[in-house]
Amino acid sequence: MKAELNKDPDLKALFHRGEHLIWITGAALSLSLLMITGLILLVISRGMGFFWPSPLTQVTGADGKDIAGVVMSSEKFRKQGADGKMVSGERSNIKVGNRDLYGLDFRWVEHEGLTNWCTPKDAIQIERWEYGDFIGFIKSFNQSDAPVAEGTVAWERFKKELPIALKLHRKIAEMERDEIGAINNDIRAAELKIKKIQFAEKDAVKRDSQVAQLQAQIAKDKVEFEEVRVKVAKLAESARTNSITMLSSDGREKTILMDQIVRAYQPNSMSFLQKAGHYIEKLTEFITDEPREANTEGGIWPAIFGTVMMTLILSALVAPLGVVAAFYLREYAKQGPIVRAVRIAINNLAGVPSIVFGVFGLGFFIYTIGGTLDSIFYPERLPTPTFGTGGILWASFTLALLTVPVVIVATEESIAAVPRGMREGSLALGASKFQTVCRIIFPAAVPGMLTGLILAMARGAGEVAPLMITGVVKLAPALPVDATAPFVHLERKFMHLGFHIYDVGFQSPNIEAAKPMVYTTTLLLLIVVVLLNVAAIQLRDKIRKKYQTGAFA
Amino acid sequence: MTTLETQATPMTQKSTPTEMTHAVPAQAMGGLHTETTLIEVKDCNLFYGSKQALFDISMNIPAKRVTAFIGPSGCGKSTLLRCINRMNDLIEGVRIEGSMNINGINIYDRRTDVIELRKRVGMVFQKSNPFPKSIYENICYGLRIAGVNDKKVLDEVVERSLKGAALWEEVKDRLHDSALGLSGGQQQRLCIARAVAVEPEVILMDEPCSALDPIATAKVEELIHELKKQFTIVIVTHNMQQAGRCSDYTAFFYLGKLIEFDATERIFTNPKEKQTEDYITGRFG
Ligand SMILES: Nc1ncnc2c1ncn2[C@@H]1O[C@H](COP(=O)(O)OP(=O)(O)O)[C@@H](O)[C@H]1O
Ligand SMILES: [Mg+2]
Repeated sequence: MKAELNKDPDLKALFHRGEHLIWITGAALSLSLLMITGLILLVISRGMGFFWPSPLTQVTGADGKDIAGVVMSSEKFRKQGADGKMVSGERSNIKVGNRDLYGLDFRWVEHEGLTNWCTPKDAIQIERWEYGDFIGFIKSFNQSDAPVAEGTVAWERFKKELPIALKLHRKIAEMERDEIGAINNDIRAAELKIKKIQFAEKDAVKRDSQVAQLQAQIAKDKVEFEEVRVKVAKLAESARTNSITMLSSDGREKTILMDQIVRAYQPNSMSFLQKAGHYIEKLTEFITDEPREANTEGGIWPAIFGTVMMTLILSALVAPLGVVAAFYLREYAKQGPIVRAVRIAINNLAGVPSIVFGVFGLGFFIYTIGGTLDSIFYPERLPTPTFGTGGILWASFTLALLTVPVVIVATEESIAAVPRGMREGSLALGASKFQTVCRIIFPAAVPGMLTGLILAMARGAGEVAPLMITGVVKLAPALPVDATAPFVHLERKFMHLGFHIYDVGFQSPNIEAAKPMVYTTTLLLLIVVVLLNVAAIQLRDKIRKKYQTGAFA
Repeated sequence: MTTLETQATPMTQKSTPTEMTHAVPAQAMGGLHTETTLIEVKDCNLFYGSKQALFDISMNIPAKRVTAFIGPSGCGKSTLLRCINRMNDLIEGVRIEGSMNINGINIYDRRTDVIELRKRVGMVFQKSNPFPKSIYENICYGLRIAGVNDKKVLDEVVERSLKGAALWEEVKDRLHDSALGLSGGQQQRLCIARAVAVEPEVILMDEPCSALDPIATAKVEELIHELKKQFTIVIVTHNMQQAGRCSDYTAFFYLGKLIEFDATERIFTNPKEKQTEDYITGRFG
C-alpha cells in the first residue's frame, strides 16, 4: 500500500520511522535539565535572599511576654487538643537572637494565643562579634557607664559613634595580627635556629656564641612584644569606654560595648535603597571577610581562596601529568593487550571512591613523602611535622591523582582526532616522530586537552571527602599565601568551600543559624567552579580559533 | 640502470596477452630505455598482513620525467607509491619483499635513514593537508625540522617555493595568515610548494587533483609540467586525460600487478595489452 504524498503520516508510520525514540531522547534531556535547574533555583532562591534584611516582628505571647524576632518559616502541624483529639495548629520558627540572654537564638512558637502581631519601626537588630545578633530596642547611649543620651537621640548618637568604634576595632585587630604576629614569627624562627645549631654545629665554642647571639635577639624581641602588647591593651581599653544599653522584647536590659558591635539597623524603617545597600554590604563582607562564630557568621574568603588555589595547583599538576601519559599511551606504547589493560584500568580509576584516594594521599604523599622531606629538610622542627601533615600541596596532589584519568582520556581522544593526513604530511617532509608529535599533533590536540582539564577542574573543585584527611580544616589560622616569607606556604592547612558546606551544615553547634549559610556557600562554590570553567573554556576557544583560522606564526 | 636494447615492437601489431603475463617494462620500452633510471623497483611484493597487495612489480622510473600510475581503484597504485618513501612503514603489519633502489641505493636496507629518504622523496597527498599554521610556516616546516632557522634563508626559500608552485602572486600579501584560509586548489599547491621547499629529488603525488575543480586541476597540471625540469615526478591518477596530458610515461596496474609500462603516447595510442586497452577505452574499471 502506498500512502498519499501529501497526507500526514499515521501513528503507525511515525512509530515505524522511530519518532517515538526521538521523543524519548528529548524527554530524557528535559528531565535532566529540569532536575539541574531545580537544584540551581533552590540554591539561588535560598542563598540569594539571606542577606536581604527581613522585617522584625513583635508579638505578645500567651504568658503576656513580648517576643520579637525574624520569622524564618511557618508551618501547619497536628497536635493533641485539650480533649485528646488531634487538632491542627500553626507554628513559626522565629529568630529571636539574644543568645546570651535566652540561651537559644531560634524558637518555635505556636500561633495559638498570640496577640498583637506588629512590626515596630524602632526595633533594632544588632550584629555582634560574639553571641550572634541582639534584637530589641535602644534605651540609652553610655559613656564610661553613664547614660548620655536616651531613646531616638541615643540611636542617632550610636549611629555616629559606630564607624569610629569599628575603625578602632580594625586597628586593634591589625596590630594583633601584623605587629605581634611578626614578632612572634621572629621569636619562633630564632628558636628554631637555636635548635638547628644545637643539632648540627659540632664546634662547641661556635655553637655557644651563635646560640647566645640568638638568645639576645629573642630577649630583644620579647621586650618589643611587651611594648606592642601594652599599646594594644591601651587601645582596647579606650574601645571599651562607650556602650549602649538595650531592652530586649521581654523587658530585660543588656549593655553592649561599642567594641562588640559589627553593625546595627532598624529593618522595619529601612527604605528599599537602604536595604539594597545593606545587602551589598553584607554580600561584600561574606565574600571578602573571615568567618566568625564557628563559621555561622562573617565571610568565607579563606574558603574561596583555598578552593581556587587548590584548583589551580591541581590543574598545574594534572595537566602535564595527564598529557604526557596520554601521549605515551597513544603515540609510543606498543598497542596490544598490555596497553589495552592499562587503558581499562585508567578508565576504572575514575570509579574508585574518592575517599580511597584520600587514604592513599595520606599514606603516600603525607606520611611517606612528607615525612621524608621533614626528616631531611626540617629535622629541627620534629616532632612537629611541616610537610608530614595535611596541607594544600598534598591535597592538590591527591586530587590530581583522582582527576588524572579524565585528562588522559580526553587527551587520548583529541590525539586520535588529529587527521592522519596531518601526521603523514609531517613525516613525509622528513620530520621524526617526536618532531611530528611536538609540532603538529600537540598543538592540534590542545583544545581537547583543555576540555579534559576543564572536566578535571570541575571534578576536583567539588570533591570534599579526600580533602578531609589530606589537609582541609574548618578554620585555618592563615591563608596559604601571605606577607611572611616565603609568601607561598604550600604546607599549610587550608579552608575549602565544599568542606565548609559540610562543616557549617552538619557540624555546626547552631544548625538553624547555619542553614542559610549552607545555601549561600553552595551558591558561591557553584559560582567559583563556573568562573574557573568559563576562564578555561575561554582559553580553549581562543586557542581553537587561533588554530583554525588565525595567524599561527 | 638498464642498458638493454629491445626490439621496438611494430606500432600496428599487438602482442597477445599470453606473451605478456609478466610485463617487464624493460622489454617493452619505447623511449624508456634511453632514459636515466632513478628509481629501480625489482620483484616487489607487498603484503598487508596476509593479504598481498602488490605482485612482483619491477620497473625503472626515469629521472626528471613525469611517470603516471593508472589503473582501477584498489589495484595498488597508492601502495606502490607509498613504498617509494617508505610511508607504508607507518602501517602496522606491512611486509615488503624485493628491492627498491634510488640512485642505486636500496632504500629498504636496514642502514637506510628513513628521515633522510623522506627529505629526498617528497610527497603530495590526495587530500591536501596543510598544517594549521601560517602559509609561511607551512613552507618552512621541512627546513625548520631540519634545524634551519635563519630568517633570511627561510624568506628566500618561501618565496622561491611559492613561485615554483605558482602560488606566490596569490598569497604574497598574506604569508602570515593561516593556510587553512586558502581555497582547495591553493591548499594543494601549497602542499606542493611545501614539498618543493626541502628540494627533494623525487616528488610523489597521490591523486593530487581528485578533490579539485577543473580550473584548479589545470593549474596543478601546468605546475607539474614546470616541476619536471627539476624533479622526478611520480603521479597517481584516476583521470586518464590527466595522465595523457601531463605524464611522459605511464604504468598501468591491475589487481596488484604491473600490466604495462611505456611512453604515455604509446600506452594511449597503441597499448600492447588487451587489459590496458580495455581500461583506456573505458570498457572496464
Ligand atoms: N592499510 C591497509 N591495510 C590493509 N589493506 C590495505 C591498506 N591499504 C590498502 N589496502 C588494500 O590494498 C589494495 C591496494 O590499495 P591502494 O594501493 O590504496 O589502491 P589504489 O590506490 O590503487 O586505489 C586494496 O585492495 C586495499 O584494500
Ligand atoms: Mg589510492
